[in-house]
Amino acid sequence: MRYLSDFRDAAACAALAERIRRLAHGAGEMQFMEFCGGHTHAIARHGLRSLLPENVRLVSGPGCPVCVSSQGDVDRAVALAGRDGVTVVTFGDMMQVPGSEGSLQEARALGADVRVVYSPADALRLAVDCPGRQVVFLGVGFETTAPAVAATVLQAQRQGITNYSVLSLHKLTPPAMRAVLDAGEVRLDGVIGPGHVSTVIGAGAWRFLPEEHGLGCAVAGFEPADLLLAVAELVRMVVEGRPEVANCYRRSVSDGGNSRALAVMEQAFQVVDADWRGLGVVPASGLHFRPELADLDAGARLALPKLESREPAGCRCGEVLRGVLEPSQCPLFGSACTPESPVGPCMVSTEGACSAHYLLREAG
Amino acid sequence: MCLAVPVLLKQKRDDSGTIDLGGVEREVSLLLTPEAQEGDYVIVHAGFAISVLDREEAEATLSLFRELADSQGQ
Repeated sequence: MRYLSDFRDAAACAALAERIRRLAHGAGEMQFMEFCGGHTHAIARHGLRSLLPENVRLVSGPGCPVCVSSQGDVDRAVALAGRDGVTVVTFGDMMQVPGSEGSLQEARALGADVRVVYSPADALRLAVDCPGRQVVFLGVGFETTAPAVAATVLQAQRQGITNYSVLSLHKLTPPAMRAVLDAGEVRLDGVIGPGHVSTVIGAGAWRFLPEEHGLGCAVAGFEPADLLLAVAELVRMVVEGRPEVANCYRRSVSDGGNSRALAVMEQAFQVVDADWRGLGVVPASGLHFRPELADLDAGARLALPKLESREPAGCRCGEVLRGVLEPSQCPLFGSACTPESPVGPCMVSTEGACSAHYLLREAG
Repeated sequence: MCLAVPVLLKQKRDDSGTIDLGGVEREVSLLLTPEAQEGDYVIVHAGFAISVLDREEAEATLSLFRELADSQGQ
């Protein structure tokens, strides 16, 4: 399909890499953060780091929704899976994430009813098909996923489906980017803006980066040429000393985003503080149901108690998510912690920085 | 879980449609992109189309890439 293949064109990628090299020549060290886990995965899969000059470095940010779910969030999901009469439904990436007392996969091995779906719409259908069970969807994801989950919740309310609910662990990306910058632990010269989050919230949502932090932002698609174009734009901004928001993914992203998706999200959710792995509690960075939809909130409906959570011993995912530690600098990386036997979430999720770095290492 | 790719919308029925995903047909929700029409490429995430691919913008970006490649070749 040409809308994939043309953005992978080798000649275009070589030309973009050469453009980056020329622009960056003699310009000093530059470090850009790719916020999005999808970008982290694509950068590793296509070996894009090897195309960049030595003075241009990419560092991964907290943009994998599975990775940033706090230990408490994972524990609540596992606790729900152990309840009689409850079916927990989730995206596949969540299955292996280790909680304090095991993962969802281990809970399923012990008899819990845990199902993997491709879409929250599948979870709602399951609820209709299984009226005798409480079907709980784990609402994990950023602004890309939240509108889809919101749509199923509103549909459940309209249709009077009383055995469907959602544990909303949704998180918002701009507040997390602010938290990374405010912490001041990592020196950045620009940010690769998330492509599909920005499809929903709009490229304009990142204007605070140049305006408040003096950092350029290039919103990128997920093909190699898309990402190289974004890096070229960021290097140009550094060299010219003119940070701005460049939309390098115009075929999907507008300045204002998808107004319909934003409206659906607004109808179902209100913004609350949220606990992020690695970042702690970030103000106004999470989504909970509006009071009129409280019946669809799994946490309230199934009265989850407060749980004591423990981080996996020795796991440095928190520092990796803040961009202050390279995955390979973690003592567990590639030895005690591998994709086959992950200790922390960044090795579990295909979008996790540790998983991406491991993939690159395996590719040689 | 955030990986999403452009796929062809083959059929549309009210607020849902059928896409072709590598030879496998799947149903997607068009609740978030009611403007999508049969024959459009849509970006699908978690079973929901979240945008309709703008062909003019796609062509404009590809033209830019071709210009860059040509200028490098000279």
